[in-house]
Amino acid sequence: MSKVRILVPVKRVIDYAVKPRVNKANTAVETTGVKHSMNPFDELSIEEAVRLRERKKVPVEDILAFSAGPAKSQDILRTAMAMGADRGLHVVEEKAELEPLGVAKLLKKVVEAEKTNLVILGKQSIDDDANQTGQMLAGLLNWPQATQASKVEIEGDTCTVTREVDGGVETLRAKLPMIITTDLRLNEPRYASLPNIMKAKKKPLEKKTLADFGMDAEKRLKTVKVEEPAPRQGGGKVDNVDGMISKLKELGAI
Amino acid sequence: MPPLHRTIPALRRLRLANTAFQQPAHLRLRPATAPLRCLHVTPRAQEQEKAESTTSASSADHAPQDAPDRAQSKIKYTSDSYPDLKRDSRFKKVSKEDVEHFKNLLGSEAAILDGVTKETGEEDFEQYNSDWMRKYRGQCRLVLKPETTEQVSGVLKYCNEQCLAVVPQGGNSGLVGGSVPVFDEIVINLSRMNKVRSFDDVSGVLVADSGVILQQADEYVGEHNHIFPLDLGAKGTCQIGANVATNAGGLRLLRYGSMHGNILGLECVLPDGTVMDDLSKLRKNNTGYDLKQLFIGGEGTIGIITAISILCPQRSSAVNVAYFGLQSYEKVMDAFKEAKKQLGEILSAFELMDAQSQQLYHQASGAKLPLEGEHPFYCLIETSGSNTEHDSEKLNAFLEHVMSEEIVADGVVAESETQLQSLWACREGISEAGQHWGGVYKYDLSLPLPELYSLVEDTRKMFEGNGLMHPEDEKFPVKDVVGYGHMGDSNLHLNVATRRYDKDVEKALEPWVYEWVSKRQGSISAEHGLGLAKKGFIGYSRSETMIKLMGKIKETFDPNGIMNPYKYI
Repeated sequence: MSKVRILVPVKRVIDYAVKPRVNKANTAVETTGVKHSMNPFDELSIEEAVRLRERKKVPVEDILAFSAGPAKSQDILRTAMAMGADRGLHVVEEKAELEPLGVAKLLKKVVEAEKTNLVILGKQSIDDDANQTGQMLAGLLNWPQATQASKVEIEGDTCTVTREVDGGVETLRAKLPMIITTDLRLNEPRYASLPNIMKAKKKPLEKKTLADFGMDAEKRLKTVKVEEPAPRQGGGKVDNVDGMISKLKELGAI
Repeated sequence: MPPLHRTIPALRRLRLANTAFQQPAHLRLRPATAPLRCLHVTPRAQEQEKAESTTSASSADHAPQDAPDRAQSKIKYTSDSYPDLKRDSRFKKVSKEDVEHFKNLLGSEAAILDGVTKETGEEDFEQYNSDWMRKYRGQCRLVLKPETTEQVSGVLKYCNEQCLAVVPQGGNSGLVGGSVPVFDEIVINLSRMNKVRSFDDVSGVLVADSGVILQQADEYVGEHNHIFPLDLGAKGTCQIGANVATNAGGLRLLRYGSMHGNILGLECVLPDGTVMDDLSKLRKNNTGYDLKQLFIGGEGTIGIITAISILCPQRSSAVNVAYFGLQSYEKVMDAFKEAKKQLGEILSAFELMDAQSQQLYHQASGAKLPLEGEHPFYCLIETSGSNTEHDSEKLNAFLEHVMSEEIVADGVVAESETQLQSLWACREGISEAGQHWGGVYKYDLSLPLPELYSLVEDTRKMFEGNGLMHPEDEKFPVKDVVGYGHMGDSNLHLNVATRRYDKDVEKALEPWVYEWVSKRQGSISAEHGLGLAKKGFIGYSRSETMIKLMGKIKETFDPNGIMNPYKYI
């Protein structure tokens, strides 16, 4: 039975409980001074990786948390390690916004360098909603993929993934190595406990740059405009039944 | 980049599916009852709203499958549970003429709920007559909802002349029966006085009608990056004027201080209809007796607060929450000392919860507790500051210290807003959880810190000794005794969760609890007030001279005694 080496890419995004605001120039969502945390789907990925190890059905040799982005991304790598990842790899890129294809290409190189045989990704990140990276990575590696997983079981080399589709569930089976992307109902991510946060501080966190992988942050897409949705028309209040009737008449409803 | 908010509904599902915190099934389906809703509430606020709405007014619409006994059984009339209380014969009964007068005065149908001249069903009065703990139930047949200060003045002037007793009422989320009538007093409900009058974002002074709901007030000043200096569990229901009238304490007192300091001015209507306009926006004003202080915590016994002027501090942009498990109460005190030492200026809450309270919360809500193992004590620490990095650094240093010194045994830190809410739910959800099995005896006490928790232990011992308590067996009235509270303010909430309200339990508790507190120079009511529940026990915390002086004040303002009678002192 082969040992499983898991790669879990995570992204630092605006906390989903924060109401996003479009910047003044209408070019992007305002990110300065806004609370950030780990992309919720990525939390599910980390949790699942750790659970695979805890279930002890297959030997999990390594769980590598990976992130590409500004220095602050290290915070979420530490969180990932506090949740149970063994080590972190941070590709520092301060300026450019990486696109799904660029990330997939980068991940391919990481997979090859780290001899990964299972990549668990969030199905999408909540900031750009692309839902592409996992699929692109599977294509680049020519590996089988199971997207939007709601249940993952591995026995030996065989991985069985249940995924929710319109009108029911679909069960897929494939052999490692493979790509899995996670969906809402897969698991319930744990809290990072204090002792584990302390331990995570001592876990190895490697820093690299895009250049180390022979890549650059080439842009293929251009954001033309970012706009808030049209505000909802507010309702009115009436004092009593008569008020309501006259209002309805006014609107031509009765 | 496509807008982020598109994913919000999906993520909300994620959160519901994943955490289930604060979302016990019986609450999820319950429609909101508060009269006003904000369209743009933050998810945290919404959660709270849902979680807290059971703490609001009528509990008649509590989902029956969860509490069959409660939904069916009627609440006892206060006059039956307090047979010694007799209706004061000086007070006139409401007549048709009186109702006619009020109709002319208020001028709108929505302003009057009339059971005197009309056949209005008792259930319509339920939310005004009974409290959310289902402990008190009055027999009022007339509810007035004035919209302006002038109308309040007109109503009171008439009531005073006619000797009609009144009960001022806000969101009715009080815990001592102060906001519901005892007999047939007229309820003056302030929910229609709900406008913000002004806000100055330089000084942070908010002037608003007293019927504005606390959460809305907080959201309003939040848009200007300020924070309402009061936060409490019932924030989706309670009204700011009533918060002042009861001198509510809550979760932010440690950081922002009490109402007595934050209120800059009040507009009150005195029983004779006089409008006392002291809506000052000044922080300093040393000219004569500070009369507004009498209305803060006056519980509507000397007048009705119609508007408040309050100082709102800057809202902190960086908030962190940590939740610990500790081995003993001594360790809790050590943790508190360290928190003050190392987090001093950013510490905004230090809350204590015992293991029983967390178990109760877990059982009632079905929510998973944040820590794996069991610990006798839990603490929640919140820091609020202006600089995330600075705060995190401090918090991390603190955490490292308390871990390495073995002051805390285990703990978690909220890594996201969702986790932050879930951790707070473990504290805020206790009050409601205590109700889950039928009823709860609540004591809200100020005690010297070193002895704070001994009361809970002694109470537990007492119930173990007298055979009234059992965790599972339905035959025993008491389910559990839990202790939690605002460690930062030396304020303990002692809750006795019961399966039914029971005379034996009550006899065992009172005046035993009060004597215990009195012996240690504590207060028998730290923040809940006196109302009807604690009226008879004021002597345990105040001297005879003090009570006499209070009586004189009452007489000066309200010679006919029409304001919130049978209660307070």
